[in-house]
Amino acid sequence: MNEWRMFKEGNWNKEIDVKNFIDLNYSFYDGDEAFLVGPTTKTTKVWDKCLKLLKEELKKGVLDIDVDHVSGINNFDAGYIDKDNEVIVGLQTDEPLKRMINPFGGIRMVYNSLKAYNYKLNPEIEKYFSMFRKTHNDGVFDAYTPEMRTARTVGLLTGLPDAYGRGRIIGDYRRIALYGIDYLIEKKQEDKLSITEINADTIQLREEISMQIKALEQMKEMAMKYGYDISKPASNAKEAVQWLYFGYLAAVKENNGAAMSLGRVDSFLDIYIKRDLDEGLITEEEAQELIDQFVIKLRLVRHLRTPEYDELFSGDPTWVTCSVGGVGENGVPLVTKTSYRIVNTLSNLDTSPEPNMTILWNEKLPETFKKYCAKMSILSDAIQYENDMIMNPIHGSDYAIACCVSAMTIGKQMQYFGARCNLAKSLLYSINGGVDEFKKLKVLDIPKMDDEILDYEKVKKSYFKVLESVAKLYSDTMNIIHYMHDKYAYEAGQMALHDTNVERLMAYGVAGLSVATDSLSAIKYAKVKPVRDEDGITVSFEIDGDYPKYGNDDDRVDSIAKEILEKFYSELAKHKPIRNAIPTMSVLTITSNVVYGEKTGATPDGREAHIPFAPGANPMHGRDNTGAIASLNSVAKLNYEKCCQDGISNTFSIVPDTLGKDLESQKENLVTLLDGYFKRGAHHLNVNVLTRDLLIDAMNNPEKYPLLTIRVSGYAVRFNRLTKKQQEEVISRTFHEKM
Amino acid sequence: MKKCSASIDSIESFSTKDGPGIRTVIFFCGCKLRCLFCHNPETWVKKEDNMTVDEVYNKIKNFKDYYGDNGGVTFSGGEPLLQSDFILELTKKLKQDNIHVALDTAGVGNHDYDEILKNMDLIILDIKDYRPDGYLKMTGHTIDDFNEFLEVLNKLNKKVWIRQVIVPGINDTIEYIKGLKEYLKSIKNIENIELLPYHTMAVSKYEKLNIKYKLDGVLPMDKDKCLELERILKEKD
Repeated sequence: MNEWRMFKEGNWNKEIDVKNFIDLNYSFYDGDEAFLVGPTTKTTKVWDKCLKLLKEELKKGVLDIDVDHVSGINNFDAGYIDKDNEVIVGLQTDEPLKRMINPFGGIRMVYNSLKAYNYKLNPEIEKYFSMFRKTHNDGVFDAYTPEMRTARTVGLLTGLPDAYGRGRIIGDYRRIALYGIDYLIEKKQEDKLSITEINADTIQLREEISMQIKALEQMKEMAMKYGYDISKPASNAKEAVQWLYFGYLAAVKENNGAAMSLGRVDSFLDIYIKRDLDEGLITEEEAQELIDQFVIKLRLVRHLRTPEYDELFSGDPTWVTCSVGGVGENGVPLVTKTSYRIVNTLSNLDTSPEPNMTILWNEKLPETFKKYCAKMSILSDAIQYENDMIMNPIHGSDYAIACCVSAMTIGKQMQYFGARCNLAKSLLYSINGGVDEFKKLKVLDIPKMDDEILDYEKVKKSYFKVLESVAKLYSDTMNIIHYMHDKYAYEAGQMALHDTNVERLMAYGVAGLSVATDSLSAIKYAKVKPVRDEDGITVSFEIDGDYPKYGNDDDRVDSIAKEILEKFYSELAKHKPIRNAIPTMSVLTITSNVVYGEKTGATPDGREAHIPFAPGANPMHGRDNTGAIASLNSVAKLNYEKCCQDGISNTFSIVPDTLGKDLESQKENLVTLLDGYFKRGAHHLNVNVLTRDLLIDAMNNPEKYPLLTIRVSGYAVRFNRLTKKQQEEVISRTFHEKM
Repeated sequence: MKKCSASIDSIESFSTKDGPGIRTVIFFCGCKLRCLFCHNPETWVKKEDNMTVDEVYNKIKNFKDYYGDNGGVTFSGGEPLLQSDFILELTKKLKQDNIHVALDTAGVGNHDYDEILKNMDLIILDIKDYRPDGYLKMTGHTIDDFNEFLEVLNKLNKKVWIRQVIVPGINDTIEYIKGLKEYLKSIKNIENIELLPYHTMAVSKYEKLNIKYKLDGVLPMDKDKCLELERILKEKD
């Protein structure tokens, strides 16, 4: 087949096996970044247009909303930014940054969003959709128990994907480029035919496969509107990028999940780019142009959200997470020239939160690439790092990150996103007899404690009881949510780009780890006296004496953090998720650590009511005061493999001068730091290299810093899109700094 | 049995300023000097011993993964030489693990320098003032003890990094730098010289400790001017 000319053959020719194709054909590159080029005139023209639109969007909140169509793979006409200069084409709707309505997850969210921006839904859609179509949100609330509603109201479980798309599913978009749609349909038809036994599970699966096949047909029709026939495999680099992008585009036309991640495309696309370069079909400039223009498209992805949602997550995060690097099965790094070209977009198109650049770190990565990433990290503050050495053994070499820290094998695993549960509030329940400290509602059946001074063993015992109850409630809630999501908002397009017999991960999460840990440490090592109100509910705590704090590489307290996680995960794992999903857990808050703190009363560690939690697995602000490495070591102790396979997020800010005296030594030290941290089994690190003064100046003079990007928790944001409260919280975080 | 505990103010797990690469810095308590510009007044007085060799060693062991090819441990303070038995014992343990050890010192300790220096990989030597009268003014101590240390150091073939704090109105002149340049020829094996611009960030520490700040009113040293002086100092003759 001409499309596959010069490719080494293997199992990928017999069945869908993208990993095998990559393993056999990629070209490891261990040189430096000297070969990289700047943007072409075409790219600059397209990007300039986008910058103007983005500016206008920032002013207005949303640029435009299409109220006459409903989301779907092929429900919109073709749209362009600057047709003559666009090398890669395709937009979610018929115009750039025009948002669509997606009512399948929940129509209330659509109404609220439209109202906030003064738009009105087409009355026909309003009438018929509500009349004939039930949403995921309707389904969930039909099935929720009173206990689940209460847990939601008090903020014990929050961020649950029960009113919009769950996201965090990565389609294997590469399959379209490698095989073309027709072959994928053929394989799905074979899969469907092979299911002959009929029971509830197989009926559901057969129905889903049929939906997947329809979605694949729609992708073909959608691409045809742009003049491309994607029924056959891509025959050159431009087609490979374009075919792959059509797959991703179908996903974001069909779904509005919180995180709509791209997966891992660097080594795959490099095979096509290298073939074209070798055949003299394109130049390096044109190769970079393909990547730059592809990335422009990824930066324009939008979903219609309510202003409250934006406030929670700061701006418009879409988590187009793009995983780069890692090591192949044969031990050779999956670093190619295209890995560089992707990171180079942070220079060619300026720094940006999207796509969410994620380097899969391994000590075997070439020093040249490590240093290049470190340099770009220092210059852009837009890169996160995740440990390939601990994910690779679990997922094999062909995995990618969804959202911030969730690893899954591409095309073979999907996840049921579970948001998170509040560990610090749970601790208060163990002291307050299961009554919420603010809403005064009885949430759990737990005996009340009336001790003058809190006793560690007693509190711990009660806390573990709370965690047992919460785990059951949380698991039941998840099952309802994902049962209904599969039923009413099934991601047919994305699931069409997975194996039919996909492995599902039930991804639970926790927030407030450092607060819960330090609280238990305070109770154990200092004297903690609860101050109670007339209802006997704690309003504050008096602490007498000092106690070891999480974030200083001190086993006395770090062991408490480990124990909490291991206990909670083991409880979660006792419950059976739907569709044989495998329970996993993350320690991740994104920016919701602010809202979680807001909703949680004073805690025994001395944190006052409403004060933000530390993000993810971070030590509490300012309490990690024995230096950066001690802080990193505390986080590195949390056990990824044993209980946190959905990721452990850590966000790290360091002052440039503290990192090293010049860019060269800063690069070297950052590489050494990352090597050390990941060698100790840590999972994730966001790196910010900046000063507190710069952020304070940016808070007071936002116009001076339109592009300032910082990593928060698993993703990056433009600093000026954070709320004042979030900006203050970021500024109050520990900056590793030395006089 | 040698004493195996020490008075330690703090341990900083990440420093890039106290020797090559990424380093752990142990700040020892106790110092005979009272330098006008000192930014660690909390380490002047030795307190009760609070850490054993094993405790410090176990902490350092957890940081070893971050040292890369050239990082390691730096003893600083205060004056680490005042707790020489401790640093000797700790250094021997660290050397068994092939950890690079540096001593950041002003050279005024217990006169037992030979064995300690032999075990060090690098000496970071603070020059307070090369002129005896200037030294006395700056430190409140005569230069004799320092000279004794230097004599021992010069007999050993150890790598030396020189540090000199530049304070406006005291030693920020070209004359001083030229004199310093001449003087440094008497120190063997100098690998690196750093001029550190005086800063006022420690003033609040003095307030907290209720100690009079003797350089009150002196402005921080201009960083560019300090770099220029460093350039002159490093110029080939």
